[in-house]
Amino acid sequence: MLKFFLLVLLAATVNAQGNAAHGKELFVKYSCYACHGFSGQNGPGARLVPMKIAQAGFIAYVRNPPRPNQMPSYSAKAVPDVEMADIYAYLKTLPDSAPSAKSIPLLNQILTAP
Amino acid sequence: MARSRRGFLKGAAAGAAVGAAAAVAPQPAARAQEAVPRNATAQPNTATLAADTGRRPATVASRIVENPGSDFMVDVLKTLDFEYLAANPGSTFEGLHESLINYGDNKMPEFLTCCHEESAVAMAHGYAKIEGKPMIAMMHGTIGMQHASMAIYNAYVDRVPIYMVAGNHADGAERSPGVASLHSAQDIGALVRDYVKWDDQPYSLGHFAESAVRAYDIAMTPPRAPVLIVANYELQAHPNPQRDLRIPKLSRTTPPQGDSGAVAEAARLLVSAARPLIITERTARTPNGTALMIELAETLQAPVSNQERMDFPNRHPLAGTGGTGYQADVVLNLEVNDVSNSARAARARGAKTISITSLNLSHKSNIQEFGHYPEVDLNIGADAEATLPALIEACKRLITADRRRALDERGAKLAEAHKQARARDIELAAVGWDASPVSLARLCAELWPLIKNEDWSLVSWQGFISQWPRRLWTFDKHYQYIGGQGAGGMGYGAPAAVGAALANKKHGRFSVSIQTDGDLNYAPGVLWTAAHHQIPLLTIMHNNRGYHQEVMFIEQQASIRNRGADRAHIGTKLWNPNIDYAKMAQAYGQYAEGPITDPKDLAPAFQRAIAQVKKGEPALIDVVTQPR
Repeated sequence: MLKFFLLVLLAATVNAQGNAAHGKELFVKYSCYACHGFSGQNGPGARLVPMKIAQAGFIAYVRNPPRPNQMPSYSAKAVPDVEMADIYAYLKTLPDSAPSAKSIPLLNQILTAP
Repeated sequence: MARSRRGFLKGAAAGAAVGAAAAVAPQPAARAQEAVPRNATAQPNTATLAADTGRRPATVASRIVENPGSDFMVDVLKTLDFEYLAANPGSTFEGLHESLINYGDNKMPEFLTCCHEESAVAMAHGYAKIEGKPMIAMMHGTIGMQHASMAIYNAYVDRVPIYMVAGNHADGAERSPGVASLHSAQDIGALVRDYVKWDDQPYSLGHFAESAVRAYDIAMTPPRAPVLIVANYELQAHPNPQRDLRIPKLSRTTPPQGDSGAVAEAARLLVSAARPLIITERTARTPNGTALMIELAETLQAPVSNQERMDFPNRHPLAGTGGTGYQADVVLNLEVNDVSNSARAARARGAKTISITSLNLSHKSNIQEFGHYPEVDLNIGADAEATLPALIEACKRLITADRRRALDERGAKLAEAHKQARARDIELAAVGWDASPVSLARLCAELWPLIKNEDWSLVSWQGFISQWPRRLWTFDKHYQYIGGQGAGGMGYGAPAAVGAALANKKHGRFSVSIQTDGDLNYAPGVLWTAAHHQIPLLTIMHNNRGYHQEVMFIEQQASIRNRGADRAHIGTKLWNPNIDYAKMAQAYGQYAEGPITDPKDLAPAFQRAIAQVKKGEPALIDVVTQPR
């Protein structure tokens, strides 16, 4: 746990702005889409949209995920902090496309079917 | 009985084109004099060239073969009631091929033209999972067997009966040099013996008859599996010297039923359990198997986890694993290939594990498909479907009125857990609803209302599409889902779907396949086979442009080695250029549209393709999708 907070502290020094356009390229380049979907929310990995954690927490998570057998860890050597900031900036631009099932006629029909 | 075409053959043989069957020594007594091989002057390269360009080697034809052995082979095969035979043509079975289409009139079995032996076997794989009986896949010598080997292995692990016939030039004295030798083997069954249940290479027609009938029985007796009969070239080509050869009557072996004492103990454990769980993979060999599964679950009021073939209806209130916090104290595994993981977890929490599977009755040494040794508390070596009636009755006898009330109370809680799990799944389907590429949930949700009123059958695996059909659709019939590859070998999906659709055709069912792109690219020629034989099948491409599982594996490896995943696409992605599956299907003669990237375009395209399928044709819609 201490290690996690230290990583958060370290990551907090990264430029918070980030380049979303570059982040979009990096999201594909680093194959983030493979588990999280091109949408950032479709796939076997965690939903990244809407991004609810701060940039520092996001970077700390990627550096040291709690379940590395599911989410691979990526060090600063593999993905530099500045690129992590760009990916984070991109994820923040992605729309939350998860309406309630009841609001989608197709899904509501399935939900209410006998 | 097959009608005679010998008169036709005799007349045809008088013309310029003389088949190879007519070229070999026609009588056993004359064989020793046939010292000159059929193409004695040809060098191997020339023979290879001649074979490749369609020219036949020089022959020494001197008479017509009036009664070739392959006609008798057809008589034998007809007694076994095969509807179809799938094959890529090859010279080692040219005699049998000719007999099938002429002497046998290309009926029962009907010849299906395949572009790859892997397609032929995988088509038979899909067909058997719907029809519950085998069809023939025929292979050409060493090369056909090796082409087919992966598909055979899938069927073996998936415990599916396939009746395979392989041609082979067994007699070295009669075999011509060049291609015939290259395609022959001393023991051709050895190429696949590790993953067929039984094989034989008969050396007489009487032997062929007996082994052919025996092979059928072995393939169909649980654990079911592929079998192989070698049809020696010489046996096909030479005249049948015995006019009254007898074909044995098929006498089917009954499936093995569990020992009565063990079944009684299983019932005692299950009835007294506080939280029993049933896990099933391949129990329902027949439609009755599904009915028995329902009866067992309702008798015990136990949840049923079923993610392989359609053993248990997914909308039944007892479908599922019992919900959050349901820690099973007795786990009943029915025809589960590898129970070691669940048994280990059960031991860790002090739970008991029961396994009923016929797999225990048949093991081979080399291939390791049996997994870890199952440390279970009650290991019943038997066919689960055959054992269920006795198990159900034993359970019913033990359930008192008080126990029944307790079980029913549990059942009510399980039904609520099932309802909540389903609601969660449907809510998750909304995630990324308008995303492009298209989400798999959206794809399946758009497709469901268009097929749900048909007598539909899903003939593709759900493992690569996050199980969305199971989560959104309603499965309640035995033929509505055929499960996966068996051994995880890619290249199975497209041909198995075509084979299953072929089986569904005569029942008037609507077959749909959600087809992964990587799988289709192994042997896409099966799209032509479906068009040529007018097999109605709706194929929806799950086109994520890559071998997606492998992308994730390479990412994990890069992470472990402290390297970036920026090169994970190398060797794993199918892009640059993107493959146009609509054009591919059109080239093979199918109606096709795509690529579709906007989810709003799905339903209209699906409707147009469905209209084509209802006319009795295959159709394909290419959808560019999220990875999973």
